[in-house]
Amino acid sequence: MTALLEVSGVTKRFGGLLAISDVSFALAEGEIVGLIGPNGAGKTTLFNMVNGVYKLDRGKVSFAGQDITNRPPNEVVHLGIARTHQIVKPLYGMTVVENVIVGACFGRDYLKLKPARKVALEVLERVGLSDRADTSARSLTIAGKKRLEVARALAARPKLLLLDEVLAGLNPTEVEVMIGIVRDIRDSGISVLMIEHLMQAIMSLSDRVVVLNLGAKLAEGRPDEVVQDSNVVEAYLGFPDIVDKLRGVQ
Amino acid sequence: MIFRHPVFWLTLVFAGVMIWLPLHGNNVSLREDLILVAVAIILASNLNLMIGYTGYVNFGHIVFYGLGGYVGLYLATVRGWNLVLSALLAGVVVSICALLFGLGILRLRGAYFALATIGILVAVQSFVSNFDPFGRSTGMYVSFEAYQPWGGARRALWITYFLVIAVMALSMILSLAIKISKFGLGLFAIREDEDAAVVLGVNATVYKAIIYSVSAFLPAVAGTLMFYKNGMVDPSIAFEFMLSLEGIVMLMLGGKGTVIGAALGGGLYEKLRSYLLTSPKLSNFHLVIAGGLLLVVVLFAPGGLIGWLYRFVPRSEKVIE
Repeated sequence: MTALLEVSGVTKRFGGLLAISDVSFALAEGEIVGLIGPNGAGKTTLFNMVNGVYKLDRGKVSFAGQDITNRPPNEVVHLGIARTHQIVKPLYGMTVVENVIVGACFGRDYLKLKPARKVALEVLERVGLSDRADTSARSLTIAGKKRLEVARALAARPKLLLLDEVLAGLNPTEVEVMIGIVRDIRDSGISVLMIEHLMQAIMSLSDRVVVLNLGAKLAEGRPDEVVQDSNVVEAYLGFPDIVDKLRGVQ
Repeated sequence: MIFRHPVFWLTLVFAGVMIWLPLHGNNVSLREDLILVAVAIILASNLNLMIGYTGYVNFGHIVFYGLGGYVGLYLATVRGWNLVLSALLAGVVVSICALLFGLGILRLRGAYFALATIGILVAVQSFVSNFDPFGRSTGMYVSFEAYQPWGGARRALWITYFLVIAVMALSMILSLAIKISKFGLGLFAIREDEDAAVVLGVNATVYKAIIYSVSAFLPAVAGTLMFYKNGMVDPSIAFEFMLSLEGIVMLMLGGKGTVIGAALGGGLYEKLRSYLLTSPKLSNFHLVIAGGLLLVVVLFAPGGLIGWLYRFVPRSEKVIE
C-alpha cells in the first residue's frame, strides 16, 4: 500500500529551542495512527507543520503523492487534510451550523452555500449535534465544542483528518461517544492521525502508534508493542529500568 | 436570491422616499440636508464591510472618499470628462490604490492595523497637498461652465443628488449581497477567528485585500459627486480625520455587521450632527456628543440600535437579515 501522508526528516526550531528534530513517519490510506508523547514533546507542533501553519526549517511533507511542504493551511485543506484544534477555536459569533458550513464551503470540494448547508446538517447528525444546530457556538459545553471541531473538519470532506486531543477534558461517557465517532469516521474511508493522551483510546483505536519525546521520534509500532518499549515507558515515567522493576513486582 | 430579501426592497423604497421628499415641492434646503444623510450612509455602509464584516478597524476610511473626489474632480473639470464616467473611473483608481495599500498593511492585525490606516490617511493627504495637478494646498475649483452640459447649475445639482442617492442604494445592496454570499461567510469567519478561518480553508490574505478594495469603490464615487456639487475641494476638507472617526460612531450607533444598522446609524447621526451644528448654543459641541454616544454604545449596547432590537425582539433578526 502506498503512503497517503509521508513526513520525512522534518525539523522546526523556535529560536534556541529545537521543537521537532528530524522526524519521519508515514501513514497509509485507511489507517488510524496515534501520535503520543509526554507534554511538550512536539505533537501539536508536528500537526502545525503538516497542515502548513508553521514553515519547516528542513524536511519534506508529501500527501497523496504530492509535495505539500510549506503550502499555506487553506491550500492544504483543499488538497484533503482537515484538522481540529486542541484548544478549541469555534467561530463564536456564529451558530453551530454556520461554523460547519464554513468548513464545508472552503473545504476540499469548495461547495456553494446551499449544498454546504446540506453537508453541514449531515455532519452534525453524525457527531450528534443536530439538536444544537441553530444555537450560538458560544453556548456549547467543552464536549460540544470538541464535537463541533470534528464536525467542521469532517465537513471539509477530507481524505486525512488530524485530530488534536479530541478526548481531553471529556467525561467517560463523552469519551465513549467520541471514540464511536472516530471509528465511524474511519469506517467511512477517512484516514486519521490523532494526538491523544488517553491510552485506553489510543490502544483501542490506533492501528499504529508513533511516539515523540523532546521533539524526536522515540518509537513506532503496533500499540501493544509500543507500550512495552522500555524507552517509551521511561520517557513517560522518568526512571531508567522502570520496566524491569515493574515486571519484577508482578 | 437577493430579490427575495426584505432588505433589498426596503433599500429601494428608502431610496425612492429620499428622492421624492425634496423633489415634491422643489425643496432645495431639504435636498441639501438629505444629501449629507446619504453620504453618511454611504460612508458607514462601506466602512461596515471592513469593521462589521471582517473585523478590521479602519480609522482612515475617509481617504477613499477624499482621494476619489480629487481624482474624479480632476477628470471632470481639468480634463473635461463626463461626470459619471469620471466618478466611476475615480472609483476604479482608488480601489486599485486600496488593493496595493491593503496588500501592504493587511498583514497587521488589531491595533497595529488601525494605526497603519491612520498612517495611510496622513500620507495621502500630504501627497495631495504637494501635488501640482491637484492644486496643492489650495485645492481645485469647479468652473461654472462645468455645469453647462447638464443644463446649468440648478439642474446639475439635482442630477448630482439623484446620483448620490443611487450610490447610497448601491452601497446598501452591495452590503446585503456580500452578507448573504459565500464570500461574506468567509469574511465573518475571519472576523471571528482569522487563524481558525485559514485552517478551515479561507484564503484570508486574498479575502481581506478584496474587501478593503471593494470598501473603497463607492466612497470614491460619492467623493467625486460631492466635491462636484460643492464646486471645490481642498486637502483639509477632503481628508477630514474627524469625519473618519464619526464614520465609526455612526456604525457603532446603528449596529456593526448589519446592513440596516449601518444605514440607520449613518442617517441618525448625520441628522443629530446637523441639528447640533446649526443650533447656536451647541455649535461645535457635536464632537462631545459623538464621543459620549460612542462610549454609551460600546459600554451598554455593543450591537448598536439593531443589536438592541434583536436582543429584545429576537424574532426581528430572522425577519430583517
